[in-house]
Amino acid sequence: MSDLPHDVRLVSASLVHPNGHRALRAVSLALGAGERVAVIGPSGAGKTTLVRVLGTSLKPSGGGLAIGGVDPWQLGAEALRTLRAKIGVVHQNPPIPPRLRVVTAVLAGRLGTWPAWRSLASLFAPHDAAAARTALERLDLGERVFDRCDRLSGGQLQRVGIARVLCQQADVILADEPVSALDPALADLSVGALVAENEARGATLVASLHAVDLALKWFPRLVGMKDGEIVFDRPTAAVTTAMLHDLYATEGRVLPQQGVDVVVDRRMRRANVVALKRPGCQ
Amino acid sequence: MSASAATLPAPAPLRDPAARGRIGALVVAVVVLWPLLALAEFKPWQLLAPGNLQVMANFLAGFLPPSTAPDFLALLAKATVETLAIATAGIALAFVVAVPLAVVATRSLAVSRIGPGPGRAAGAALRTAARAILTLLRAIPEVVWALVFVRALGLGPGAGVLALAVTYGGMLGKVYTEILESGDTRPARALLEAGSPRIAALFYALVPTTAQELASYTVYRWECAVRASVVMGFVGAGGLGQLMDQSMKMLNGGEASSILLTFLALVIVADALSAVIRRVLA
Amino acid sequence: MSGNAATIARDRPCWSCVALAAGVVVAVVASFAYLAVDWKQLFGAESMRLMAKFVAEFFPPDVSPAFLAKATWGALQTFAVAAIGTLLAAAAGGVLALPASGRFGVAAQLASRLALNFLRSVPELVWAALMVIAAGLGPFAGTLALALHTTGVLGRLYAESLENAPRAAEEALRDAGSGRVAAFAYATLPLVVTQAIAYALYRLEMNIRMAAVLGFVGAGGLGQLLYFHLSIFQQQQAATLLIAMFVLVFAVDSLSAFVRARLLPAQA
Repeated sequence: MSDLPHDVRLVSASLVHPNGHRALRAVSLALGAGERVAVIGPSGAGKTTLVRVLGTSLKPSGGGLAIGGVDPWQLGAEALRTLRAKIGVVHQNPPIPPRLRVVTAVLAGRLGTWPAWRSLASLFAPHDAAAARTALERLDLGERVFDRCDRLSGGQLQRVGIARVLCQQADVILADEPVSALDPALADLSVGALVAENEARGATLVASLHAVDLALKWFPRLVGMKDGEIVFDRPTAAVTTAMLHDLYATEGRVLPQQGVDVVVDRRMRRANVVALKRPGCQ
Repeated sequence: MSASAATLPAPAPLRDPAARGRIGALVVAVVVLWPLLALAEFKPWQLLAPGNLQVMANFLAGFLPPSTAPDFLALLAKATVETLAIATAGIALAFVVAVPLAVVATRSLAVSRIGPGPGRAAGAALRTAARAILTLLRAIPEVVWALVFVRALGLGPGAGVLALAVTYGGMLGKVYTEILESGDTRPARALLEAGSPRIAALFYALVPTTAQELASYTVYRWECAVRASVVMGFVGAGGLGQLMDQSMKMLNGGEASSILLTFLALVIVADALSAVIRRVLA
Repeated sequence: MSGNAATIARDRPCWSCVALAAGVVVAVVASFAYLAVDWKQLFGAESMRLMAKFVAEFFPPDVSPAFLAKATWGALQTFAVAAIGTLLAAAAGGVLALPASGRFGVAAQLASRLALNFLRSVPELVWAALMVIAAGLGPFAGTLALALHTTGVLGRLYAESLENAPRAAEEALRDAGSGRVAAFAYATLPLVVTQAIAYALYRLEMNIRMAAVLGFVGAGGLGQLLYFHLSIFQQQQAATLLIAMFVLVFAVDSLSAFVRARLLPAQA
């Protein structure tokens, strides 16, 4: 667990894209360190923009962000880099060069903490391949560790992106639809791996999910977004079916599911817990 | 599952399957590089030897100001026109060499391939022979031919024109062959199947569709020929190159820089002219 | 084009094409006239006989073991010059390509592009003549000359590759706290390196021909030997050297094609 404060506080943030589209309207969100929340909502609700603003990759046009009590946009370049190394973002479509091997793509999560010479040397001979494999094993992808990324399917690539964040051992994990290309069992496993980070290491976790059932199962707090605004921010127990249906009114009031009422392989569950006990990705 | 307080030991380091190949390649590279450096007498510190530095400094100092003596400028103008004339005449002769060879070598005009009909083997042999001739013409750089022709014909532009005719004939021929094969060859085939002579098929079916590309490449080659004419001048084939060789042998930096500037200007003009012509053709 | 579908549109003759063709013919005729090469004398009977005699002197090529050894050594030296020159140029071109692709601002981009253009425009032979003065006669001058010229060529090609590479991967790594060098190496470099090696190998094929030629101004290798033997009218030795040149070019072309075909293994 990190000593640095890693609570996340977004106050009345707005974002207008250059083409005039209002992606976020006065969005406020506060998480204590080690809390986890799922953001759900229909397509175009602004979930991706929210994740990008929290991840300091987009600067909000209005309002403020504080991570660990610090406004990242007021920091100098070095301090911002150090802060960003503590924030792990899982992308919906991981931007990974196709010819890179999986091991290097996963170890890239540590680039924020490695000195430059080690980063470059690791390209020739991966510095900690075992740790990369451990991270991949938690996502049932351990045997592909030395394969090339262009030999993987979309779902496998998504899991490599998650493995990279696991390897990063971030204090704040932001996931933008991290399991959209995965089948129900793997989706459940992967979200479980992220939640394990939150429970075992105390990493603050914000996951935007399209599938409501995953959110209901794994997260104690739910934020509903629609048209760039937060519609509700409640403990999961307090979220009613009617609220959910209203949220997805534009999608025909149908709640997207990923079918997670499936018995997850016990072996994989155990692998996740055991793997967390191993020091990795030094 | 009882949670043990102690963490498990770090996993054994994972062997990278690509490591052996990479280290092997590195060793081979070093083993090959060492003698190559010796053969090339690679001694960068020689550049800094005091005597050398003095000579270099004197020569560089002599570059400025560029010589503008009127009789020299007259020589310069004459040499520039001569270079242009060599390039143009050379390309014209190269064209005369290339076209018959390309017509023989191209598969688009091969009657025996239709069917395939009788004389297929002879036809293929003839095409291979034509291609071999084109490769042979291209194999030796034009400067070498220029040197040989200077020995045979004496100093002067004739050697340069013939050298261009040979090498650029090979280059034009090869590219013409490929261009003739790359477009839509069905009209030509239709004509050949109807018994038309090859020349007719060429002019009625192939040339109209490929004329622009053929002309465009020829103009591009003309631009290269201008550069090549200057270079061939260094072995006595006239033009700016011969002038520059003489100036440099007399260590006359001022004249050398004038010629160099003229050459750069000539290249820019030829470049622009070529671009304009290719745009007109498009 | 006429709007009425029933009428057959008449092709207007392309006047600019006709003008262009006329211009080309005029230019060609003028060139031959200007050069005033006495073609009759050149291709006349006496001249042809002399030419035939000249060509005959090339045969048979000198294949004595001593001279073959000399020719082989010259070929190896030429290859060394081309290889080291291209290697240096790939490194220097890569370094210059970074500012030239706009990563360090507009001023740096203009300056580096100017430098690359200058390096590219001066032909290798001219560089070699200059380098002979700077570094003395011998293959080192040839290596430097090739390196300088090829840096201009490869630098520009690399800069274009870098500009066209998508930035998403690199930005994602920067957002995760990576330093600029590491982010470049892990995200952009894998995208461009295969093409970069292919360009370098293609330039090696061209440089092997140039390296042979640079010997004419004293830069060692087969070219210097050829120049020497032709100057003292030893055509048979020259013939051997020409054959050696051809073999060397063929070998390097094949090697380059082989390596490029095998450029499939993974990056890092």
